[in-house]
Amino acid sequence: MSTQPEIVNPSRRRFLVNAAAGGLTLAFYIPFTNDARAERRNSEVNAWVVVSEDDTVTIRIARSEMGQGTLTGLAQLVAEELECDWSKVITEYPTPGQNLARQRIWGNFSTGGSRGIRESQDYVRRGGAAARLMLMTAASKAWEVPASELAVSKGVITHEQSGRATTFGKVAFAASKLPVPKDIALKDRKDWKVIGKRLARLDTVDKVNGKQRFGVDIKLPGMLNAAIKDCPVFGGKVLSFDDGPIKERKGVRKVVTVGDSAVAVIADTWWQAKTALDAMSIEWDFGAHASASSAAFEKTLDNALFAQDAIIGNKQGNALGRIAASAKQLEAVYSYPHQHHATMEPMNAIARYTPERCEVWTPTQNGEAALAAVAEASGLPASRCEVYKMHLGGGFGRRGAIHDWVRQAVKIAQQLPGVPVKLLWSREEDMLHGRFHPITKCRLTAGLDDKGNLTALHMRIAGQSILAGVAPQNIREGRDPVVFQGLNAGGGEAMIGYSFPHLLIDHAMRNPHVPPGFWRGVNLNQNAIYLECFIDEVAAATGRDPLNLRLGLMEKHPQHRAVLQAVADRVRWTQEAPDVNGMKVFRGLSQTHGFGSYVAACAEVSITEGGDLLIHRIVAAIDCGHAVNPQQIEAQIEGSFAFGLSAALFGECTVKDGQIEQSNFHTYPVLKIHQMPKVESIIMPSGGFWGGVGEPTIAVAAPAVLNAIYAATGIRIRRLPIAGQSLKRI
Amino acid sequence: MREIDADLDTPLLWALREHLDLTGTKYGCGIKACGACTVHIDGQAVRSCLLPLSSITADQEIITIEGLSDSTNHAVQKAWIALDVPQCGYCQSGVIMAVAALLKAHPNPTDQEIDQAITNICRCGTYNRIRAAIKVIAQGGDPKIAGLSIQHADGSIV
Repeated sequence: MSTQPEIVNPSRRRFLVNAAAGGLTLAFYIPFTNDARAERRNSEVNAWVVVSEDDTVTIRIARSEMGQGTLTGLAQLVAEELECDWSKVITEYPTPGQNLARQRIWGNFSTGGSRGIRESQDYVRRGGAAARLMLMTAASKAWEVPASELAVSKGVITHEQSGRATTFGKVAFAASKLPVPKDIALKDRKDWKVIGKRLARLDTVDKVNGKQRFGVDIKLPGMLNAAIKDCPVFGGKVLSFDDGPIKERKGVRKVVTVGDSAVAVIADTWWQAKTALDAMSIEWDFGAHASASSAAFEKTLDNALFAQDAIIGNKQGNALGRIAASAKQLEAVYSYPHQHHATMEPMNAIARYTPERCEVWTPTQNGEAALAAVAEASGLPASRCEVYKMHLGGGFGRRGAIHDWVRQAVKIAQQLPGVPVKLLWSREEDMLHGRFHPITKCRLTAGLDDKGNLTALHMRIAGQSILAGVAPQNIREGRDPVVFQGLNAGGGEAMIGYSFPHLLIDHAMRNPHVPPGFWRGVNLNQNAIYLECFIDEVAAATGRDPLNLRLGLMEKHPQHRAVLQAVADRVRWTQEAPDVNGMKVFRGLSQTHGFGSYVAACAEVSITEGGDLLIHRIVAAIDCGHAVNPQQIEAQIEGSFAFGLSAALFGECTVKDGQIEQSNFHTYPVLKIHQMPKVESIIMPSGGFWGGVGEPTIAVAAPAVLNAIYAATGIRIRRLPIAGQSLKRI
Repeated sequence: MREIDADLDTPLLWALREHLDLTGTKYGCGIKACGACTVHIDGQAVRSCLLPLSSITADQEIITIEGLSDSTNHAVQKAWIALDVPQCGYCQSGVIMAVAALLKAHPNPTDQEIDQAITNICRCGTYNRIRAAIKVIAQGGDPKIAGLSIQHADGSIV
């Protein structure tokens, strides 16, 4: 139907665009045609490495690139062992369907939790090493010399004794016929030549000339476009709609219900679909949560701060007893709101459904989960479905665990079999239907002895569990272990960096109707605020230096301590901060451990006479074990602070009449360049483990700034975000 | 000349994306708040997501990211590549167009001029590298002054 010629309405003036003189250049990239690589002979040496006759090396990447640089980092890991020419490396994604058909030969596709590199580093390096051995074996067979006499460097294999040389491209076809070796030794860290280098990303050029195709940019032949409105109250349904006024609009093809809660307009262009949908009246049954509000849920959380039904996450000694018996007690309640991912590219997917097969093109952080969503929504077995992973315009956790937009796209496409339909959410739809950062509060109580020593601490976390919303099957006996991120006694993933003689950390789960999601940094974000700001409160209440108090509690946590000490040394903590533009500068510290990495930060701020916050500089340190690409780790740290400061300064979604009140960037502001502090990164890989880098430093942004605000003003901000609260000195 | 058939109330952004297949210009917010849709009209940076075709005249020159240079060699693009500015890249077309217009008007902008002119949203948080790259261009185009020591595929370290 979409291939019918467009009927031109003669009453409308035609619009001419001047395409001459470097104006609208029409040399754009056409998807799925004339791929230059198709004309070369490519040999799949093994699952990870494809070598072309012209020596181009294609490294397969299972994880999704969404800005975090994993594409380049993972390619570095493979290339390190492969000994290929880095300047000839390109990358490609295997599809989730291929992974399924090949018994998950590429492992996990999930891209979240800063796991891409740390979880797959071993097997992708082995993939590179196996391919190298196969290429060398092929050369040794061709030359009839022992492989042990061969040397390899930058994709060239040489046999010194006979003076012969060949390239990967020349032996790749023969290598591809060899068995994949199993017993593989990896290089020692001291021999790394690619890992640890400040290499440029592999995917930059197309991002500066408009050629990078994101999911939203894909256009298939005969494709139609859909705009959607889901019930603005979570759990509500469509009662009725009147498409009479829009049916005859130019371009409008069909108006459909999607599940029982959404209405979509399908049109030739998305703009036609969106404007038609906006012109339609839809009656909703708002359902059970029609009167839900943030204020009401806050009361639930306040009660939970004292409830008896808490699950224990970390316990040492008898904290409650010791606090009750202590010479002095200190208590504070902190709160952290719902927040939206606000990826720059709104949710979108193209689906093409026939009764035999369903295909989806979408930006996703987890191609396999997307494939499962396609199979479930289409009713077809996964073997008859496929997902093509498109580049993501930001992910931040929104595009990983839950593929609600993919299900919608499939349900829409099912109503037009054979026609590819692109579903794109408007920004407003995207804001309303997020998977939100969980809402929690925390009551912290400290017991101090008569000398002011901190002898016991109780952290009562009250509030939302992400797992309860995303993967309730993983909640065992009411416990969501992810809630205690950064507060665990051990485990290597997210450990508390202090030893308290008596400690109790517990969680009273209370779930509002707002659906939660993994949000970049996850629960580490608020847990670091709770603990790091309260430690600062203890320091202030007992007249201790915030650094010294921390270091004293960290004697058994040398790795936590090392990053904090590095930050303190860099800023010269023991000396006063120099003025900036005649303004006095104040500092705040924080540290935590999450996603396998140790991080710390010091924020330097000034508060103007009028109470405006100026964040001049943040110095951050990370020990991520091994640092694969330091310049990209720096980029992640800088980005983490932009993300964490957006949250700290402005990030809040509120509920009224059951629906999210924020609709776009005017009501959900995020950090801009004029608010971005200078960030200095200290990358201090200590070896011996692999830690994530995309998320951990987010968590130290807010507490460092909040502690600096206190140092500057004496004002203790305990309710996030900071916006709307007076910072005028008291 | 390219002739397109679109209603005159269609915003320029959607004419570019859906009628001319120029998808380098992005939809981010639809309310001129994020700048992902920034193009040049007669050399000025303009947000195209609310700009109806009816408001554009035939003598106006519209340049999108695809038309900024012949071979990705505009000074802004070169600096962006040298310093690896983009992360996800979605906002960068708009940022680059805004920066190109700023530098044309103010070849050596102060930090305050950068703050006032570059109000685009980047959720990945590339702001420090954006500022560093602007300074590289303003100070003659040598990316080494940024001190990032990025090793490029051609062997250069900048």
